Amino acid sequence: MKVLTLNFLTCAVKTCKASSDSFPLHPKDAELVHDDLEINPQLLVNVLPRLDWTALRTTSTELGFPELPEQPPSAETLEADEAMLKELHNLLVETQMMEGKLVCGHCGHEYAVREGIANFLLPSHLV
Amino acid sequence: MSRPEDTLAADIHYDDVEARKYTTSSRIKNIQASMSSRALELLNLQSPSLILDVGCGSGLSGEMLSSVPADEGGPHVWVGMDISASMLDVALQRDVDGDLLLADMGQGVPFRAGTFDAAISISAIQWLCNAESSETSPSGRLSRFFNGLYASLRRGGRAVCQFYPKNDAQRHMITAAAVKAGFGAGILEDDPETKNVKLYLVLTAGASVAGGKGQDITGVVKGMDGVDVLDSRRRGPKSGKGEIKKGSKIWILNKKEQMERKGKIVKATSKYTGRKRRVQF
Repeated sequence: MKVLTLNFLTCAVKTCKASSDSFPLHPKDAELVHDDLEINPQLLVNVLPRLDWTALRTTSTELGFPELPEQPPSAETLEADEAMLKELHNLLVETQMMEGKLVCGHCGHEYAVREGIANFLLPSHLV
Repeated sequence: MSRPEDTLAADIHYDDVEARKYTTSSRIKNIQASMSSRALELLNLQSPSLILDVGCGSGLSGEMLSSVPADEGGPHVWVGMDISASMLDVALQRDVDGDLLLADMGQGVPFRAGTFDAAISISAIQWLCNAESSETSPSGRLSRFFNGLYASLRRGGRAVCQFYPKNDAQRHMITAAAVKAGFGAGILEDDPETKNVKLYLVLTAGASVAGGKGQDITGVVKGMDGVDVLDSRRRGPKSGKGEIKKGSKIWILNKKEQMERKGKIVKATSKYTGRKRRVQF
């Protein structure tokens, strides 16, 4: 489960849809793995406007990473700055959560992560 | 050969044995690969994109997404969801590049609005027409899925779902649910009328800014050759009374009822009413 995906996952419970606390999910007891993957700069530039930067800062701090700058880089600065691209690539794509739990800030539901796969199957009374 | 959807639920049917059989069969791999590339063609992605693979299974279609060469707009980053843990297990063993989610698409798509550039689904969404427990209905599952999919796609994003409807009723049910969710929808039939007909449900989520004017669903296939467009929406000036052809049997029967109501004397209706007469010459 890449950190990139964590920036987009929300709680699946129906009642959480209206709340803003259901995003982002908070990783708990997370075990991280670092994979060496080829950098895809065009994808990072493409995804940049859709990233929720505040949520990304929260997630990266919760995972134990150094704090990210307050403002996201603009598309032009990112394209030009190779070091920044590498950093973002390292955080978003190469860092993967293998084990642990993802907790919803609104309803407290915990989604288990096993071997990198998050279990989002809900019992029918929560759907 | 009976359909797997008629026998068991998706997560029970695709157990470890079946998952292994499915993924090692070269025939299935070839068919899935060709359907995935057709779907990619329909998606027409120009640059590396974030894609959702619905019913990703063991990652057969996901692999195609990861290996699109740079000159064709790739490689893409994808997130897959599937209900069968065994299939996802096989995907793990094959070391796919995409993120995997164990989830039921009939419960929705748990991503925030505007996440994905595109969505792809190969041989999966017909499973939505089966509801396993009494608490859910196929229409409920279909609407939850399509609404969730619509929200999770960015404006102008496209989704291509190859599926196997059991009959026309299922086909209409699925398409109607997609349209109700707000998608612009069209169905592409490959090899129509043959045994190997493949149906692709092509959906657009809102108007695309880059497309210019005329962002109709038919714009998706405009560049492709060998595709005939059958547009059932366009109809000429419709007659006021509706579609009953004047002189036909239904028209005759309606007229007789009308006269009877007026109080006129009308001959009794029999099997000879409105029957085609023998050609006199």
